[in-house]
Amino acid sequence: MKINIKGLILNTFKESARNKMFYLLIFFGILFALSSKLISFLTLGDAMKVLKDTGLAAINFFCVLIAIFTGINLVYKEVEKKTIFNILSKPVTRGHFIIGKFFGLALTMLLALAAMAVIFFLLVFLVGGGFDLKILLYFFMLYLELLIIVAISLLFSSFSTPILSFIFTVSLYLIGHIMWTFNEFKMLLQSKLWIKFAQFLYYIMPNLDKFNIKNDVVLDLPLQATTILFSVLYALVYILALLTVTVMIFRRREFI
Amino acid sequence: MRILEITNLKKTFHSNFLIKKYRILKGIDISVEAGEIYGFLGPNGAGKTTTIKCIMGLLFPDEGEILINGRPADTIDARRPIGFLPENPYFYDYLNANELLNFSASLYSIPAAAARERIDRLIQQVGLAGFERLKLRKFSKGMTQRLGMAQALIQDPDFLILDEPFSGLDPIGRKEFRDLILNLKEQGKTIFFSSHILQDMEMMVDRVGIIINGKISRQGKLSELIAGSTRCHEIVCSQISEKQLALIHPNFVRRDNQYIITLDNEAEINLVVESIIHNNGLVIAVNPVKKTLEDIFLNEIGEVQ
Ligand SMILES: Nc1ncnc2c1ncn2[C@@H]1O[C@H](COP(=O)(O)OP(=O)(O)OP(=O)(O)O)[C@@H](O)[C@H]1O
Ligand SMILES: [Mg+2]
Repeated sequence: MKINIKGLILNTFKESARNKMFYLLIFFGILFALSSKLISFLTLGDAMKVLKDTGLAAINFFCVLIAIFTGINLVYKEVEKKTIFNILSKPVTRGHFIIGKFFGLALTMLLALAAMAVIFFLLVFLVGGGFDLKILLYFFMLYLELLIIVAISLLFSSFSTPILSFIFTVSLYLIGHIMWTFNEFKMLLQSKLWIKFAQFLYYIMPNLDKFNIKNDVVLDLPLQATTILFSVLYALVYILALLTVTVMIFRRREFI
Repeated sequence: MRILEITNLKKTFHSNFLIKKYRILKGIDISVEAGEIYGFLGPNGAGKTTTIKCIMGLLFPDEGEILINGRPADTIDARRPIGFLPENPYFYDYLNANELLNFSASLYSIPAAAARERIDRLIQQVGLAGFERLKLRKFSKGMTQRLGMAQALIQDPDFLILDEPFSGLDPIGRKEFRDLILNLKEQGKTIFFSSHILQDMEMMVDRVGIIINGKISRQGKLSELIAGSTRCHEIVCSQISEKQLALIHPNFVRRDNQYIITLDNEAEINLVVESIIHNNGLVIAVNPVKKTLEDIFLNEIGEVQ
């Protein structure tokens, strides 16, 4: 059996890339990255450090927004507008459909991130910096995080409306970045059962802070290869689990 | 050989909180032979689209069996030979016709060169030449319907399932689609379609199935359903006054300078003709009026209710 999801991937990419929101967010990302250059002139101290600090933060913020907004809409729109009838009546399983959407979104995010990264590197050159492999590593880790966010929003959008999906995805994103407070939180719990439950939650929530290496990059701290490797592995396993659940949910759906 | 066989198909919809049940399909049996045109008709809300969605795997039946070429319909391989045109199709409005058909072709892994050739031919066949590069958001309803037909034919399917293919088409479009469907039949394809336009159906179909209230109330060869079924006789006459005619037979209408008398009873014919001649009228024709599909359909609905 010949599976063809290339068409699905490209179409998903086309759809998100023809959305005005996509360009608006990229534009703002670049604008804020540029303004970080301005800030770096105004503030005292290490201009390069400020540029990296605020510029990377801006790119991070807008990429996350793009990931969430494109992720929550795509499946919903196909179902709502019934374009999915024309896909699922062809030799395409529900699984192919979800996988196609995911990789299409992954391609979209790659493009958005690459556009911003190129601008950022240009800025660094202008301020007099050189090529920094660590920044590239930062973008790579950010990309992994974006893929997880895309998979999360895809999961929610496989059964709920864009507004609910947005709320769920943003909640998980925020939780994913305060996971490190878990140990302090655990101290507060009295009963063993609650601790067990909290531990369970800890394991299934996305630990997104793993992918944030901005401080290490800006402050030029040494990075452990094993930590990076572990994060990559974590992202792959997490995404695989998310996609599996999404396909399981989507297989049960009826299209009215 | 049976290309589609549905036995005892049941489907229930639930309201939002599972409080109310709507039994939409109550045990449908349909069989479609390879190479025939099968017309699926029934009043609005009878369950035609629901049945078709069950075949296409968009809805899951509660009960019953759907076989395509003898295999369960719920795998993509069983559905591969089917070309499907949904009811009121909708396509990505950011694409143009060419791009959409290319996308459809890609889902069948049709090689690029073959796809290009096929798409060019299909665009001609469905009458969209000149609109290949127009964005689909600018398509009219009939144009969208034509595109829907083209995408249903993209893999040169053996079996077509069309949900109201004529809706939104102008009279020329309807004629073109009729010819297209008959042409496909000549190539040995099987066509299963639903429609409310009974005249079109009558001109094309080999067999019909009538669904009323979620049940097949009649299924059979069109020729057999209509055969030997003279509904009434018409006598066309002229050169006679309305007054005289009223005395002969009360059931007539005037068309230009002719009168058309409708007789329900065969036995009256001779008497009426003689009376007209006796009154110096001119008998132009005596025509038997065949039952139409519409008569059968309306009769069927009357019986069920
Ligand atoms: N999700 C749903 N929940 C409840 N009832 C539904 C649902 N979807 C369809 N129905 C009902 O099922 C019945 C059959 O609908 P269906 O679309 O199959 O009819 P149809 O024969 O195709 O009619 P038409 O000729 O108007 O296209 C209708 O009464 C409709 O109201
Ligand atoms: Mg219908």
